[in-house]
Amino acid sequence: MADLRLTPLNALHRELGAKMVPFAGYEMPVQYPLGVMKEHLHCRARAGLFDVSHMGQVILRAPGGYEAVARAMEGLVPVDLIGLGAMRQRYGFFTDEAGGILDDLMLANRGDHMFVVVNAACKSQDIAHMRAHLPGCEIEEVTDRALLALQGPAAEAVLAAMVPDVTDMRFMDVGIFGSEFGELWISRSGYTGEDGYEISVAEAQAERFARALLAHEDVEPIGLGARDSLRLEAGLCLYGHDIDTTTTPVEASLSWAIQKVRRTVGDRAGGFPGAERILDELSNGPLRARVGLCPEGRAPMREGTLLFSTAEGGEAVGHVTSGGFGPTIEAPMSMGYVPAGLASPGTELYGEVRGKRLPVRVVPLPFTPANFKR
Amino acid sequence: MKFTEEHEWLRVEDDLVVVGITEHASEQLGDVVFVDLPEVGKQVTKDDEVVVIESVKAASDILAPIDGEIVEVNEVLADEPGKVNEDPMGDAWFFKIKPSDPGQMDDYMDEAAYQKYIS
Repeated sequence: MADLRLTPLNALHRELGAKMVPFAGYEMPVQYPLGVMKEHLHCRARAGLFDVSHMGQVILRAPGGYEAVARAMEGLVPVDLIGLGAMRQRYGFFTDEAGGILDDLMLANRGDHMFVVVNAACKSQDIAHMRAHLPGCEIEEVTDRALLALQGPAAEAVLAAMVPDVTDMRFMDVGIFGSEFGELWISRSGYTGEDGYEISVAEAQAERFARALLAHEDVEPIGLGARDSLRLEAGLCLYGHDIDTTTTPVEASLSWAIQKVRRTVGDRAGGFPGAERILDELSNGPLRARVGLCPEGRAPMREGTLLFSTAEGGEAVGHVTSGGFGPTIEAPMSMGYVPAGLASPGTELYGEVRGKRLPVRVVPLPFTPANFKR
Repeated sequence: MKFTEEHEWLRVEDDLVVVGITEHASEQLGDVVFVDLPEVGKQVTKDDEVVVIESVKAASDILAPIDGEIVEVNEVLADEPGKVNEDPMGDAWFFKIKPSDPGQMDDYMDEAAYQKYIS
């Protein structure tokens, strides 16, 4: 696998017996010997360790401190960043002039500066976007730190043995902590629907830190395969699949991430790319919506499966954007886009799988209840 | 027992041929979550797609290794697809086919040749 970038944990993944695959320009573990299904179930039952070092970590500073960065960033992201409390983070997205989504990201107020985490596949484009549109901000990509996620009900106890103060963190809190592995940048968040943390650690300490976490009997390493089934059960979007430049945040059922202050009646209404369309959709409803889909049989309906409103004839009314099998719910599950009139839970549709239209029901997301520490 | 390049095994049982996938194939597929079996009585031609296996990762087809009639399918797999991972060479056979030209079996590898093929 030539030309692929390696994370600081590459040698450890190989030692653990991971099957490595190319992903967003990196060589990443897709699964370990435990296998996708057992990795998934282990993460929900105890704790899983994920290497997410391929994601982009970026620090933004300005002479006016966090508020100045937040004010500038609100011009790119339809989220209340000025009102974000110190040492708190929020989910958001870069939008384009048509109201589509350029990438989704996490944004944190770290007191005197902003820290953001962006998707691996989008990071160079995101950094160029910020450099072009945030004049007066200094944008520094952090390239000497690994990013790990520790997720699952046992995550708190495992991490607290090394960093006791993490027990005091609530969902979406961020903190900077000293430790025997150097300074750790920790957020209580993740991509599984479970309680847990994302931890940025200096590259040179990353392997030793990962080994210390894995030494705990409750922790297993988890690959990209289970990361995908965990996030799908949790109803979370994968950029490039469930959201992209052809989907607006409102269509994507992400309106919850757009606080009132940025909406039509708010004090800082609009002022982000695509505001006209997005604000209109917030007021009047979108033409289509991202929904959960529960196939009635056992056959998974994967990405690209066409959706129909009738068992025979007619044009496709929508399509699946993510689909697979949910190990926790022990059933197939999908997400996709359907017309607003067919988006209510309970609506019966048909997915065309290998030429056969099979029944599928619109269901509320997530498939598994979130287990966050609020 | 004979083996195909598509990682199927064929075992002669009286005048029928039992078809399954190899241990190697089941490991490559990952956890199997759904098996779509053919209908009993279906006439198939070599290389027809007769079974679909969905694993946690992707869907794959099993091709008919020979011409003939599907005379029995392993219904257990519809309810317990995970058996394909647990016992691919034994209990998790997919279908039994009545060959119309048993000579087609001669084209396939024996176990030693198959082991060499996957090594």
